[in-house]
Order: sequence, then structure tokens, then C-alpha cells
Amino acid sequence: MAVAEPKGRSLVRGASRPAGGLLLRSASLSYLGVMVLLPLVALGYESTLPGTAAFLKALSDPFARHALWLTFVTAAAMVVINAVTGTATAWVLVRYPFPGKGFVNALIDLPFAVPTVVTGLMLVALYGPTSVLGAFLDRNGWGIIYQKPGIILALLFVTYPFVVRSVQPVLLEMDRAEEEAAVTLGASPFTVFRRITLPTLWPAILTGTALSFSRALGEFGSVVMVAGNRPLETKTGPMYIFGEIESGNRHGAMVVSVVLLACSLGVLVVLNRLQRRGGEPGHGR
Amino acid sequence: MAVDVATQAPPAVPRRPTPNAWGRRLLTAAVLGWFALLILVPTLALVRGAFSGGLAPFWQALSSPDALRAFRLTIGITLVATALNTVFGLAFAVVLVRHRFWGKTLADGLVDLPFAVSPIIAGLMLVILYGPQGWIGRWLESAGVRVVYAWPGMALATAFVTLPFVVREVVPVLREFGVEQEEVSYTLGAGRWTTFWRVTLPSVRWGLAYGVTLTVARSLGEFGALLVVSGNILGRTQTATLYVHDGIESFNTEGAYAASVLLAGVSFVLLIGMETLRKRVEARERPE
Repeated sequence: MAVAEPKGRSLVRGASRPAGGLLLRSASLSYLGVMVLLPLVALGYESTLPGTAAFLKALSDPFARHALWLTFVTAAAMVVINAVTGTATAWVLVRYPFPGKGFVNALIDLPFAVPTVVTGLMLVALYGPTSVLGAFLDRNGWGIIYQKPGIILALLFVTYPFVVRSVQPVLLEMDRAEEEAAVTLGASPFTVFRRITLPTLWPAILTGTALSFSRALGEFGSVVMVAGNRPLETKTGPMYIFGEIESGNRHGAMVVSVVLLACSLGVLVVLNRLQRRGGEPGHGR
Repeated sequence: MAVDVATQAPPAVPRRPTPNAWGRRLLTAAVLGWFALLILVPTLALVRGAFSGGLAPFWQALSSPDALRAFRLTIGITLVATALNTVFGLAFAVVLVRHRFWGKTLADGLVDLPFAVSPIIAGLMLVILYGPQGWIGRWLESAGVRVVYAWPGMALATAFVTLPFVVREVVPVLREFGVEQEEVSYTLGAGRWTTFWRVTLPSVRWGLAYGVTLTVARSLGEFGALLVVSGNILGRTQTATLYVHDGIESFNTEGAYAASVLLAGVSFVLLIGMETLRKRVEARERPE
């Protein structure tokens, strides 16, 4: 035992356990390389293979540009709505007691669990032209399904949990002494929220919105069910990519893919930087 | 609400509950209304649509040979992808937390990449690599192995999309757990394998279970990547989600609704499982 002890201590470091540790490390890194890095490299390489001019030409295709524009506009609209409703939901869930709270809290994550195609079908079932509500809305010129509002609605459903779930823990751990002090000094509830609560919540709201924006840029399953796939009207970026793959224009599909991917990755990288600067512990670092 | 005011307000601070009470009620009502409109009502509309003709057509639609085949394929793909990502996810989490190596930050970032990739783009990437003229597919094709437009490609696509879940759930638990107990185990003479099975694995089990549940839920529902990779050959590469999509396209609405309700039901059960597991994980991360 006396001999084994120093050896046992040194065993804890991976570097001094060459055979097994190295095998584990190389196996898991190879898996990551083959599964994630290689596909990424392949996409980047193949999309730029015909040269910069061809890349820019594919990007200047009016259908591609409209699809990208639509993706960004709908994602931006969704983010604005979600920032407000998500924060309000987290607030109500943490601060106010009401019957059925556990039920609502559990169901917040439902959009993460339900398949996106099913989400799309749900919205079609409710707002589609065959439903009573959908027919009524259509008659009054408030069509949702196969229109742009349908896309935003699908994105809202799919990304609803992001803001709620990033704001909720911050609200739970927040020290309420400052708010109470403000109340005793005569501040109105709105002032307290604006001057004290919101500055604390701000980073969490930003995290949630950035995650939902990044997710929305790539959303396909729910959007394809509700958007109606009309070019230059309701065709989003991912739908354009799929259409181009189907029709054999793989380069066009790759170029739009690179742009979308760069944007959603960019959002996440910026978010990561901000979090680290803010002293918040980065996820898994 | 009345209970809260009665028990908490008087001893704490001199609050003025009357002007706030209406604001509270209004905000609660607004949030619950939004939640119902966004989540509950569409869910109910789906269920209503599926059972509009009663139970018999629902069962009939689900027990059609195409639907059964689609669900069987979905289950098979889910099993393969989950098994792959559980084993490698666990291994990678251990490597990420316990080992020090060059390029660790890059590897850490790469794990999250699939979350940022649109499913359609994931499918496209796999076609570039494993398609008949692809980088790797070219060689596999001449060896007689078909990946894209067949189930291996679909399992690969599902594994790509769900890769981060297990790693992301196990890493924080493993970090929290620390190395002390493993050190004790080594000092007492246990080997690395025994230590892993008897000390490390039991300590991360709830985090692992949570990650696996997320993986299963996402695998069952994957659609975009499969649509690109499968070629959607009826009866051969049609999964449950593709069956729903095609049902709507080809006016087999009963089938689409029935399959959707089943998928939604399964994801609901998984969600309840996740809630339970998350409470366990949180209890473990915060022992007090």
C-alpha cells in the first residue's frame, strides 16, 4: 500500500495513464472529427470549390436572397415577441402563485420534445383553411397558414422555452433585497422592474433570444408545414436549400447553407464571448 | 394568492398589496393566455383532428402497413443513434473534463456545433460526404455499401443532430463530482475499469439518463436531415415524421394526424420523464 499510494495519485492525471487514456481520447476525438468536423469541412470546401465569383453569383440569385431575407425577418420578429413573452412567463412562474403552476412549468419544454413536423401539423389543424378558426381568419384577410404570420407562429412555438428557461434560474436566485428596498423608498412596481430587476435579467434574456434566433435560422420541419412553399413569398432559407438539393442545384444549396450556418454560428460565438466577459460561467467550460 | 399575502407580506416589508394585486392577476392571465394559445390549443386541435372520426379510424390509420413500417424504422434509427451517442458522449465527457490536451477548446466548441446547424444543412453535409459521388460515399459505393438513401445514412444523420445532448448533460455533473472519490478508489487498489463502473458511472447516472432521454426525444422527431438523406422511398426509408409529412402532401390526412398524435404522445411521456430526471440532476448538483 505504501508503494501503491504515490502511484495511485499520479494515476489520476490522464497524461500519466498513457495506454487507456490515449485510447479513450483518440476514440472520442475521432468520433467528433468524423461526425462533426469532417462534414463541416466538406461543406465549406465544396461550396468554395468553383471559386469566389461562382459563390457570389449563387448568392445573388433573387430567389436565394429573398429566402435568406425572409428567414432573417421572421426570426427577428419572433425574437422580439419571445423576449417579452418569455420574460413575462418566467416572471409569472417564479414570482406569482397560481393553480396549475407545476403543470404549466412542465409543459414549457413541450416544444423541445414534440417533433417539428407535428408542431407544423398542430398549427395547420388549428389555423388551417379546413378549421373553423382558419376559415374565419381567411375570410377577414387575416390568413395565417401559408402566409408569413404562420412562419412566425411556428418559430414562436418551437423556440418558446429558450428565453423562459434562461431567465427562470436567474429570477429564482436573485436577491430580492434591492427590490424591496426600492419599494420601501416609494418606487412604483414598474420602476422597480425597469431600474432593478431588468438590469439583472438582461444577460439571461439576451442568452435566450440569441439561442432562439440561432435556432430559428435553421428551422425547417414546422415551417415547411405552415409556409406553403411559395418562392419569393413564403419560402425560407432552409426551404430554399431543400428545393435546390431536390432540383439538382447542389452548389446553390451549399452557398445558402454556408451563409445561414455562418450566421447562426456567429450568433452563438458572440454570445459565448459576452457570457465569458460578463463573468457568467460558460456552459461546459 | 390570498394565502401568499396573508402569510408572507405582513412580516416582511410594508408592501402595498392592493394596487399590485390587479397587476399580478392581469399579468398572470396574459401569460397563461399566451401559453394556452401557443401550446395548449394547437395540441388540442391536433388531438381533435385525429379523433374526429372516432377511435376506429384512428387505430386503422396507425395499423396500416406503411405506418407500422415507418414507426419500426424510426425506432431502429433511434436505437442506433442513441447507442452511438451514449457511448461516445460519455467517453467524450470524461475526456473533456478529466484530460488536458491540445485543441481542447476547439473540441469543446465543436460538440455544440450540431445545435447551430439546420437539419437540412446537416443532411446536405452528409450527402456531400456519403452520397454516391461523395468524398467517402464514392469508396463505400464501390465496396457495395450504401449509406445515403438507406438506413445507415439516416442513423448517421440522427446521430449528428443529437450528438451534443449526452455530452452537455454529463459534463457539468462530472465536473461537480470531482476526482476525490475516484482517487480514493485508485488508492484502494481498484483498476480504471472498476473505478469507472463502480464510482464514476453511478455518480453521473441522472445526468446521463437526462441526456439519453433528450437524445431519444430528438431522434424520434428528427425530420429535416432525414428528408434530405433518405430519398424518402416509400416503405423503405420512410420514418414516422416523413410519414406525417407525406400524409399531408398526398392527402392521407387521417394517417398523418394519427401518427402525429402518437409521436406527440410519446414525446409528452418523455417530457414527464425529463422533468423527473432534471429534478434529480439538480438535487445532485446542489446537495444542500
